[in-house]
Amino acid sequence: MSDTPLILPIENPVLKVSDLHLYYGDSEALHGISMGFPARQVTALIGPSGCGKSTLLRCLNRMNDLIEGVRVTGSLQLDDIEINDPALDVIGLRRRVGMVFQKSNPFPKSVYENVVYGLRIAGVGDRAVLDEAVEKSLRSAGLWDEVKDRLAESALGLSGGQMQRLCIARAIAVNPGIILMDEPCSALDPRSTARVEDLIVELRENYTIIIVTHNMQQAARVSDLTAFLYEGHLVEYGPTKRLFTKPLSPKTEDYITGRFG
Amino acid sequence: MKPSTNIKSPGFWRLGEPFVWLTGAAMALVLILAGGMLVVVAGNGLGVFWPARLEQFEMKDKTVLLGAVTQRSAVRNGVAHSRLQVKVGNRDLSGADFRWIDADAVARTSAPPDALLVERREFGDFHGFLVRSATAGGVDGLRADWLRVRAEFAGVAELGKAVSKINDRMEGIRRDLLRLRYRNAPESGSAIRGCLARQAELKVEFDRLVAGQTRSLEGLRRHTATFRDAAGREKEIPLTDIVRFCQPNILGVGGKAGWYLEKVWELFFAEPREANTEGGLFPAIMGTVMMVFLMSLFSFPLGVVTAVYLREYARDGWLVRVVRIAVNNLAGIPSIVYGIFGLGFFIYGVGSGLDRLFFPERLPTPTFGTGGILWASLTLALLTVPVVIVATEEALGAIPAGVRHASLALGATKLQTLLRVLLPMASPGIMTGFILAMARAAGEVAPLMITGVVKLAPAMPLDGNFPFFHVDRKFMHLGFHIYDIGFQSPNVEAAKPMVYVTTLLLLFIVLLMSSSAILLRNRMKKRYTLGSF
Ligand SMILES: Nc1ncnc2c1ncn2[C@@H]1O[C@H](COP(=O)(O)OP(=O)(O)O)[C@@H](O)[C@H]1O
Ligand SMILES: [Mg+2]
Repeated sequence: MSDTPLILPIENPVLKVSDLHLYYGDSEALHGISMGFPARQVTALIGPSGCGKSTLLRCLNRMNDLIEGVRVTGSLQLDDIEINDPALDVIGLRRRVGMVFQKSNPFPKSVYENVVYGLRIAGVGDRAVLDEAVEKSLRSAGLWDEVKDRLAESALGLSGGQMQRLCIARAIAVNPGIILMDEPCSALDPRSTARVEDLIVELRENYTIIIVTHNMQQAARVSDLTAFLYEGHLVEYGPTKRLFTKPLSPKTEDYITGRFG
Repeated sequence: MKPSTNIKSPGFWRLGEPFVWLTGAAMALVLILAGGMLVVVAGNGLGVFWPARLEQFEMKDKTVLLGAVTQRSAVRNGVAHSRLQVKVGNRDLSGADFRWIDADAVARTSAPPDALLVERREFGDFHGFLVRSATAGGVDGLRADWLRVRAEFAGVAELGKAVSKINDRMEGIRRDLLRLRYRNAPESGSAIRGCLARQAELKVEFDRLVAGQTRSLEGLRRHTATFRDAAGREKEIPLTDIVRFCQPNILGVGGKAGWYLEKVWELFFAEPREANTEGGLFPAIMGTVMMVFLMSLFSFPLGVVTAVYLREYARDGWLVRVVRIAVNNLAGIPSIVYGIFGLGFFIYGVGSGLDRLFFPERLPTPTFGTGGILWASLTLALLTVPVVIVATEEALGAIPAGVRHASLALGATKLQTLLRVLLPMASPGIMTGFILAMARAAGEVAPLMITGVVKLAPAMPLDGNFPFFHVDRKFMHLGFHIYDIGFQSPNVEAAKPMVYVTTLLLLFIVLLMSSSAILLRNRMKKRYTLGSF
């Protein structure tokens, strides 16, 4: 037991982060993170507020590019592509790595147009293809039965939980391999949260999911692996069950027993 | 410390009651001022076309007047007595068509049932009585004659259209000749000779048509009727000069309403007469609407694109901040300054440059180097573009960042995000700016006066002759029309009703344009905030 590494090495990861440093201007937010994400598993990122969970997540689809003054060093490998390569086609990357945000953000368009948005901007115009994608994505997001009669209505008329599931459907409509979720349930009521959690477990069959959460029960319920971040450092990374029952690092233990955070 | 048992009411001052009253009073004042102005304009403007009762005043000095009372005023210099302003018409007989009379000097007042109100093409209204017309039968005979003459007159007007068509073609050939000669084409060459031949042909046709037109007109003018004014003087009036007539004192409400509607119709769809104080406002309405339309065509895209650059693409540095402040201040520059800039830059600069480049043969007669609807619209576009920029920037800034991020995270480019999500979401706000810009442009007069508005335009910017939309032409404008007839007219009293009517019309048009824009905006708002598609 004592030779269990603090940071679990992953075999054949889809995404491999090596010595990742990130600076907002002069302040360093990520201090050399190295970890791998296995395919078709749910990985949870936990840690106290401000420890860099969202920052790490945004590195994976280069959303940090939108923030001025961000500098990243280190390597991020998706299959054999270097994500950090300045010459990389960011648009292609974002089609492969989808993202769901903390606050649901549907477009002020119809339910249908929301789902097909990613396909339309990719140039897909064939009605049959779009129709099929809508049904498939909405079914995967567990929303089809609720909205199949109101596809033409504005997405802004849906309930909060439905909107968040619509955002998930929208993300999976472009068929990404990886879905990033940044606290997807923190603005939802318990019932909607439960539905989204069930959905995450279902999606695990086909997608690699990386989810940020500050809710440890949630991490325990949905994830296979958990990474604990603290002040920009990756403290511990391992199978969720083991990490929550027998944390190796005292910091992890303090956090999961609620001594801080 | 003794605990207080009764909680006292905080009182008038502490509740902030005076502030509520102050804000309420400010709003009431604004409403009263704006409403008062509207009431004055509407009250005076709406009644203008209702045919007034013609009263006959027999004065103590044995003179007789026939007219409609337009104003009453009490004069107090020592003794109180009242005065009446009477519209007596008959400008050609008595010199002035308005008279002030002392109520004390009137011996007898009556409303003769057979008093006639005749609207004429020249010299304003005639008030009097029918003496005789070609067909017997009093006023009915006169009406029969007049309708027949009017039908024939319409035929002659058709001839006039043919004449103006030929005139246009001759003008075209004249310009061709000018160009050919400017390029030193040989005088005996086929091009110039062909032009000259066609010109001669057209001239023959033109002369023939004009002679025919003159002849028919002269023939028509021989149909006359004889009238008599209140003093007994007889006046023979050609029937072609009569626009319409009625006997207001015995006309029923239906007849009066008919007269009213006819006048309103004329106002909207006919050309002005009598130095713009009579007749319609069609050219001015068209001029105003087209100028606003053309202005929107320039200011809307320019403003939106500028705002998009400032908000979405430009780095937020000191330069952008300076530009933003400058744009905001542009809206405060007096409009006449824009006019002068338009005159100097667009007309003398760009216009003259275009003339030298494309129409050198016509110089020194300017084509684009003089005021015109294009330059006026561009000047006003410059004046209104800050409003569009500010509104668009604010609308874009109000869009939550989450929506942008969602679009970008789905692999959209910045441009796609802008076109598919941001601009539609900003459209209600952009429309608001657009409405403000439009209202401002429709009401602006000063810069137009030096960039292309005229009192009376010979031809409208839009007509049936190729290329249909003549952006180089001068145009008429309702705002300028108000200034012109109200303050530049030789016969101020006669023009006064028209000032009210024109003002009312301008307000109506501005209201119509902005309310349709508001309607559009509300539909967009519904679409991009909540509800169904
Ligand atoms: N846009 C930004 N500009 C500057 N600093 C930032 C920005 N976003 C996050 N940070 C900083 O980076 C650190 C990590 O933030 P974040 O990744 O949002 O934490 P978490 O999601 O774990 O709560 C924090 O100290 C935060 O202040
Ligand atoms: Mg976060």
